[in-house]
Amino acid sequence: MGKMSVELDVFVGNTTIMDEEVYQFWLDGYTVADAVRVRMEGGVLQECEASAEVLHSDTMDQFRTFQMCERLLHCPSKLANQLLFQIPPHRQAMLIERYYAFDDAFVREVLGKKLSKGTKKDLDDVSAKTGITLKSCRRQFDNFKRVFKVVEELKGSLVENIQQHFLLSDKLARDYAAIVFFANNRFETGKRKLQYLSFQDFAFCAVQLINNWTVGAVDNMVEDMDVDLDKEFLQDLKDLKVLITDKDMLDQHKSLVCTALRGKTKVFNEMEANFKNLSRGLVNIAAKLMNAKDVRDFFIDLVEKFIEPCRSDRWTAGDIKLFLTHYTNSVHILDTFKHQVVWDRYMGVVKSCILKMYHD
Amino acid sequence: MPGKLKAKIVAGRHLPVMDRASDLTDAFVEVKFGNTTFKTDVYPKSLNPQWNSEWFKFEVDDEDLQDEPLQITVLDHDTYSANDAIGKVYIDIDPLLSSEAATVISGWFPIYDTIHGIRGEINVLVKVDLFNDLNRFRQSSCGVKFFCTTSIPRCYRAAMVHGFVEELVVNEDPEYQWIDRIRTPRASNEARQRLISLMSGELQRKIGLKVLEMGGNAVVGYLQCFDLEGESGLVVRAIGTACTLEKLSNSSAAAPPACNSPSKDIKEPPFSEDPNPNTHSSGPSTPLKTQTYSFSPSKSYSRQSSSSDTDLSLTPKTGMGSGGSAGKEGGPLKTLLRQQTQSALEQREFPFFTLTSFPPGFLIHVGGVVSARSVKLLDRIHNPDEPETRDAWWEEIRQEIKSHARALGCHAVVGYSESTSICEEVCILSASGTAAVLHPKFMQEGCLDGYSDPSRLEEPSPPSCGFCHIPYDELNIPFPAHLTYCYHCRRQKVPDVLFTTIDMPAEAAVTGKGCLIQARLCRLKKKAQGEVNATAISNLLPFMEYELHTQLMNKLKLRGMNALFGLRIQISVGENMLVGLASATAVYLTALPTPGGIQIAGKTPSDITYEQHISNMQKKINDTIAKNKELYEVNPPEVIEEVIGSPIPEPRQRSRLFRSHSESSDEVSELDLSHGKKDAFVLEIDDTDAVEDIHSLLTDTPAPAGFYSCNTEIMPGIYNWTSGLQMFTSVRVFRLSNANLTNQGLNKIFNDLCENLLKSLYFKLRSMIPCCLCHLNFTVAVPEDELIQVAVTAVAMTFDKDQAQENWKLGADKTHMKAIVENEEQLQFPLELCTESPSTNPFSPCRGTGLQESANAHATPRAASVDYSSFADRWSSWIELIRLKAQTIRRGSIKTTSSLEKASPLPEGRSRSLRSTRSYAGSTVAVVKMTPLSFIPGTRIIKYLGIINMFFIRETTSLREEGGVSGFLHAFIAEVFAMVRAHVAALGGNAVVSYSMKECVFMENPNKNQAQCLINVSGDAVIFMRESELEATPAPPQTSCSGGEVTT
Repeated sequence: MGKMSVELDVFVGNTTIMDEEVYQFWLDGYTVADAVRVRMEGGVLQECEASAEVLHSDTMDQFRTFQMCERLLHCPSKLANQLLFQIPPHRQAMLIERYYAFDDAFVREVLGKKLSKGTKKDLDDVSAKTGITLKSCRRQFDNFKRVFKVVEELKGSLVENIQQHFLLSDKLARDYAAIVFFANNRFETGKRKLQYLSFQDFAFCAVQLINNWTVGAVDNMVEDMDVDLDKEFLQDLKDLKVLITDKDMLDQHKSLVCTALRGKTKVFNEMEANFKNLSRGLVNIAAKLMNAKDVRDFFIDLVEKFIEPCRSDRWTAGDIKLFLTHYTNSVHILDTFKHQVVWDRYMGVVKSCILKMYHD
Repeated sequence: MPGKLKAKIVAGRHLPVMDRASDLTDAFVEVKFGNTTFKTDVYPKSLNPQWNSEWFKFEVDDEDLQDEPLQITVLDHDTYSANDAIGKVYIDIDPLLSSEAATVISGWFPIYDTIHGIRGEINVLVKVDLFNDLNRFRQSSCGVKFFCTTSIPRCYRAAMVHGFVEELVVNEDPEYQWIDRIRTPRASNEARQRLISLMSGELQRKIGLKVLEMGGNAVVGYLQCFDLEGESGLVVRAIGTACTLEKLSNSSAAAPPACNSPSKDIKEPPFSEDPNPNTHSSGPSTPLKTQTYSFSPSKSYSRQSSSSDTDLSLTPKTGMGSGGSAGKEGGPLKTLLRQQTQSALEQREFPFFTLTSFPPGFLIHVGGVVSARSVKLLDRIHNPDEPETRDAWWEEIRQEIKSHARALGCHAVVGYSESTSICEEVCILSASGTAAVLHPKFMQEGCLDGYSDPSRLEEPSPPSCGFCHIPYDELNIPFPAHLTYCYHCRRQKVPDVLFTTIDMPAEAAVTGKGCLIQARLCRLKKKAQGEVNATAISNLLPFMEYELHTQLMNKLKLRGMNALFGLRIQISVGENMLVGLASATAVYLTALPTPGGIQIAGKTPSDITYEQHISNMQKKINDTIAKNKELYEVNPPEVIEEVIGSPIPEPRQRSRLFRSHSESSDEVSELDLSHGKKDAFVLEIDDTDAVEDIHSLLTDTPAPAGFYSCNTEIMPGIYNWTSGLQMFTSVRVFRLSNANLTNQGLNKIFNDLCENLLKSLYFKLRSMIPCCLCHLNFTVAVPEDELIQVAVTAVAMTFDKDQAQENWKLGADKTHMKAIVENEEQLQFPLELCTESPSTNPFSPCRGTGLQESANAHATPRAASVDYSSFADRWSSWIELIRLKAQTIRRGSIKTTSSLEKASPLPEGRSRSLRSTRSYAGSTVAVVKMTPLSFIPGTRIIKYLGIINMFFIRETTSLREEGGVSGFLHAFIAEVFAMVRAHVAALGGNAVVSYSMKECVFMENPNKNQAQCLINVSGDAVIFMRESELEATPAPPQTSCSGGEVTT
């Protein structure tokens, strides 16, 4: 070289050419030089007798194309209507799906946080911690925020709204629903004790909560129905306290559970010794949920009050399942307990969440 | 008041936010035609306004209808200050003026602003009611159809080919005022866009009038160009071929050809004088009959004087077929035929045709490439209404072309085109074409009943070799050439090499596949002004032509091939250099002799290492030739040498022989000196200059496995195209550092530039393998001192590899003929004059198009007086010389052996494209295909909707923010594509064929963070249907494909 330099270099196809691999590099926030290096290592050069220059030119072109498309990706329905790029529908779907995809490591860092400018400012820390480029972190964060803002005020199913406005796959739409739900209720997920939980654990729990505890679980045509928890229900949860404050009821509950489990579990003794503690834990969580601040601690409470004690006694997942099943069902036999419906609505979710969360 | 134009503004979408406070826009629309303007209501606070306006009606002359575009301006209403323009849409309503084209324009158009680019879309509905105009002296030419396609458009039949039409209009360039900062850049750009749109309309109307005068109804091969002459003004010029087209109905197959016997008029010998075989003899002529490098200050020319300017006598009755040669060419009838054609053609001032492919039978022989260049000094156009100077310039060039063609024994020029290159006040005008002998029937009225339709399939195909046979008199060959008997029919003489500017005739038999060949050259020149500069350029041109030609010839030999099609030589002028680029598609024509190899000769046998070096070099060249033959499957059948006349080794000697035996020319062949072996090209290694030659020769890397490339419509040797299609434009600008560059250094840079660009294209399109890059056309420019710009537009098409390799020989002719018959429909000439046709083909003698071209000669500049010692030697001794310095040549036998089998890891093109077709169906935006070719494989064009001819300017004052020059141009090209697609879709079309980007003028000023670019594109909007759909629906509904509409 030396004697010449490329001043301008563009390639524009009538059908927009996009390489999925290069798209991923762009999404991951690679610089052109980094992407070229990785592509070279990937052996693409042999494919078509190309040189590094060729690869650089191709990468630049595609990065530019993606950049020009980005504006459209912010409102995916525009992508299908725009005239600037002729992109076959299956490629459009790929572009959107990949653009909205996120890294598990990243989402764990911001899950449940307020999607505010403040959080965005901290993204460089997140980037440093996760090894994900700041550019990519920003894209993912902005995606969360954009989806949140659009669906926040809409009526109808959260997942369906997300799907409709962002043309995402079912799976990805569900994940976004979880993110929106967590952000809206500001669930604490970042504490050290919760670190062992994956995003998918939380997403599963989110589905449980959305399906059972939100306004939408009772009325499916109100605003925010899938985002806000059912206040009345939370209020009613106070009534469950009788299970631990009424000593007779607590003893009776314990003996019912013990009778059912005897001989069926290796941790029977530990269970028997710990029953009252565990039950107090679960019921207290329920009773506190009417305070927004305590809602945020829902998952940490589950871990501290239930999962950790069981884990230290070396309960297996099977033990947990058995216990929770009988713990829930035995209440039905308590004549004096009047809040069966609330109990079931509460325990159904808690049981699924704990089962999902009970792992190493 | 012969027409009523009606427009309705329906809605807008994706508008930009114009009011920061509300994040919304209060949009309304102005609809303007001529001097009348209508406005819609303001649609407040919306980015997706629904105006749903009334019909705005304009009552206008059809002259205005042709000239003016409908101008739609979208504005943001502002109560307190001036309304802000959001952007504009110009709609050319010409397609609505022809009854056979579109009937309504309806769809979403991008709203375009020259500063911001596309800003949202607007949905518009346009109709025209035309009243019958009985005024015979009208100024309009409504209804004349225009086609960019350089062949008879599919779904039409040429009843008559009238010939050349040309026109130019000039004006002052509004941009000139921009420099004075009289108005905003936006206003200046818009004035310019509008002016060019008006000028294009006017030009088209004027050409249409000429066509009507000639009795035609269409212009085919319409080529419109702009000359941005800066201060001198703006020239819009166009050339085309006037025709009378008849629409083919699908059911017309029934009508049998009315006459299958020679028609009468052919037997009537038209009286014509004996040809004067010596017409051409002035000046050294060559197969590349090119150069007259005249430089003359513009003022001196007028129309009257120009014809007398040429050296050659232009007596109209001069014919070319001498008695002797006529005898060989097939008897007296043939001669008569020829004379008749000639007289038909001679009635025309310029028997030129912008077509590059022809109905069978149209082209009888091809004489060679003819070209002319001329250097002019621009001066101010004083009176726009009388563009005499420019007219005179072109007139002069055309006369020259005409005389070159005559020298080759031809009376017509086909594949004709014109171009300019302008730098400051210097302008190089270039014209080139292929000298040819044509069949008269297309030019005469009343004898066109003998044609047919698909039924012609059963008839014998035209001889595949006719066009190769020489049209000129063997005894008076206008340039040194090696003639042999045709390897196909063994009856007629053919040259050893054939160069043409046209597409390969469908009936031509080729061996193996073709490939793209480029000759690239830079020459430094001193910066100068005025006449000194013009003279310097004039003096350089012949050498450039010569060098380019030598390169082409060497590269052709290196590939073991013997003919070039689609040859296009471009020479661009900059302040301190000239850049030349010649592109062509090389093939091995079965009818032409096997090319000899290339032999290296040391100048003086000296020491042993030198000899050693030469023999190494020789081996490398031989290896390359062998590899290329394998790569392109060039395996000509063995021919018994004795039967055919063998090449004559030394032209001077030969011509002496000819002279002495002129009375009995029939025996000439026996007197030919036979070397027994094919003569080899000799590369003489002597001086430094040759280093670059040999280097570029051997460093041209072949396309990667699975790729082919050509600059013609389709690749000779590939017949089974599948439906994968990707049109693209790529632009590169290189900055040369101001280090002391030598010609050699510059050449290397330019060569690398082109090679790397090609490599990039292959890499980009690798997922389409096996595929061919077709119509790969490069355009070079020297926009500034140290910049070289290369722009390329082409289409990548997939093909079926297996069939290509095995079955093409069987299928090829048939498929190909079928294509012709279906699409081009032509007259057949059932003449019996066919002594030249093989006995198996009782009729169809001269149907073979005859482009024959002997190109082996070198450009021999007239300016031979220039001091360039070895130059004269070269052509006179008729040996190709390439001098070579001892230099290592890298590029061993790397991977040429990689076979096609390994080529495609991907599924076949067919399955892939099926998938994509299916998924497209779900899109809300109609898919519009674009291709520089005149057809789309696997489909049939069922309707032509009109010509697309669009001119855009884009400017930015925030270059960095828009991603630098690349970001800026990338966006602009994408926008241009989008606007073309939108217009096609609004016409109801689903493709644009014969698409080309004729202008891409890019200027930047990075220091000011500014850039500006002008792009001109054109093509034919069409509706196509897949052949599979057509089979299912015998009578295709015309609307079925017009999915141009988008619903909100």
